[in-house]
Amino acid sequence: MIASILATAAQIVAGSTVRWVGCAPTEEQRIYIANHSSHLDFIVLWSYLPSWLRRRTRPVAARDYWERDGVRRYLAAHVFNAVLIDRTAAQGTAPGQLGRQAVDQMVEALSGQHSLILFPEGTRGAGEGVATFRSGLFYLCQAKPDVEVVPVYLDNLNRILPKGHLLPVPMLSRITFGTPLRLQPDESKDAFLERARQSIRTLKEAA
Amino acid sequence: MSLLHDLALQRLFGGLILVLIVATLTGRVIARRTHDERALATVRNLNARINAWWVMSVVFAISVLIGPIGAVILFGLISFLALREFITLVPTRPADHRALLWSFFLITPLQYLLVAIHWYGLFSILIPVYAFLFLALRIALSGDTTNFLERVSAIQWALMICVYSLSYAPALLGLGIRGHGMPGPTLLLFLVIVVQGSDVLQYIFGKLFGRRKIAPHVSPNKTVEGFVGGVAAATLLGALLWWATPFAIWQAGLQALVIALTGFAGGLVMSAIKRDRGVKDFGTIIAGHGGILDRVDSLTFAAPIFFHVTRFFYGA
Repeated sequence: MIASILATAAQIVAGSTVRWVGCAPTEEQRIYIANHSSHLDFIVLWSYLPSWLRRRTRPVAARDYWERDGVRRYLAAHVFNAVLIDRTAAQGTAPGQLGRQAVDQMVEALSGQHSLILFPEGTRGAGEGVATFRSGLFYLCQAKPDVEVVPVYLDNLNRILPKGHLLPVPMLSRITFGTPLRLQPDESKDAFLERARQSIRTLKEAA
Repeated sequence: MSLLHDLALQRLFGGLILVLIVATLTGRVIARRTHDERALATVRNLNARINAWWVMSVVFAISVLIGPIGAVILFGLISFLALREFITLVPTRPADHRALLWSFFLITPLQYLLVAIHWYGLFSILIPVYAFLFLALRIALSGDTTNFLERVSAIQWALMICVYSLSYAPALLGLGIRGHGMPGPTLLLFLVIVVQGSDVLQYIFGKLFGRRKIAPHVSPNKTVEGFVGGVAAATLLGALLWWATPFAIWQAGLQALVIALTGFAGGLVMSAIKRDRGVKDFGTIIAGHGGILDRVDSLTFAAPIFFHVTRFFYGA
């Protein structure tokens, strides 16, 4: 109920044209990766998935943002079923441990039926380019090599709600789903991350 | 619902439904007789357009029959959606966010509120004077001067075309005509039927007889034959609708000629904008037609000119 109201509201604000150019929506387990430039990104991408797919797709989001108040905590836990990961280390944590924890959480989330929505840039950019990807995506694919990675390009959402603003200007946007990719057996970390990043940039140029 | 008993309105809407029925049947027949793959694509698009015309006509009829407020709300929504399509295509920057919020959520509703209460003195200058200057100031205050003039002009243009110009259509509802009181709904219907009829007639004449392109770089689908035939037929159509208007038959014909010519100009200018931005349509909201702005492009030029010509020659 809350989910469908939120999804409709997000669709009204974003007015997206959705194109599945490289694949079709399926029940198969997937990792959707998208460029990140607006607070709207995740909810809009989520809202434009068919509702049956929405229910089985979990966003990977930052714990510090989604646990800041009661409303967000409720939405993250009960509506979006988000996988919340820590971005800031507690005192005395060993270096690299945060990243490993996050990958473990995502791998665990994939052990069920669910697909994931992931923003591999890690943080919101200005919207001009696609920043280099964090390595979590690589380790996740190493642990789950059979799961398809679907590149998604979100166009114009950073103009609808730029960084630092609260109210959206309801312009039109576009969501393009590209051709799925998989980690190749002997592909290096940097090569894979760059290939994944380029797959989103290609969608941007084609958009 | 006294409008339901207005004979002229009944006849205009009755005629519209008849035309749509004939168009729908013709479209079906052509579809059945066409086998060539490429021609079939054109026919499918034609039938999609006709179906969309049914929806648009019903929405328009309902809003006019509700009374003046219905038409004001309908055109307000059209303006909002058109503004959305327009702004999506222009190169604004993050620093323009506040100015855009003002445009969408304050200036647009305010313009239509002024139209609703028939405050001619203010709705005719709100955007060209107050919003014009205010937006420039607001964007200057944002501190980002990259392409300043380009950004400010684009937003001002968007408001002038999508909001100011279009709001002249429902503004007809508050226009007093010497010896006729306020014949609002029939004037609005006359404008919309002639301007949209002119678009359709130009399309038909162009498809049937079109040879010489009239503006190949701006709008490759427009032809001299389509233009001349469509404008002439729309003028005739307008003249034949004189009985519904406060005009004599020759006056109605002349008004229709002005509407058709300005409508053509509007379509051409909006095509130039689309070309410049590298898109074919402003949006995808109306199947077969494109965006809202693709459907009302001719109205953005015809509405303000028709309003002011009528006001100048016939205004009370």
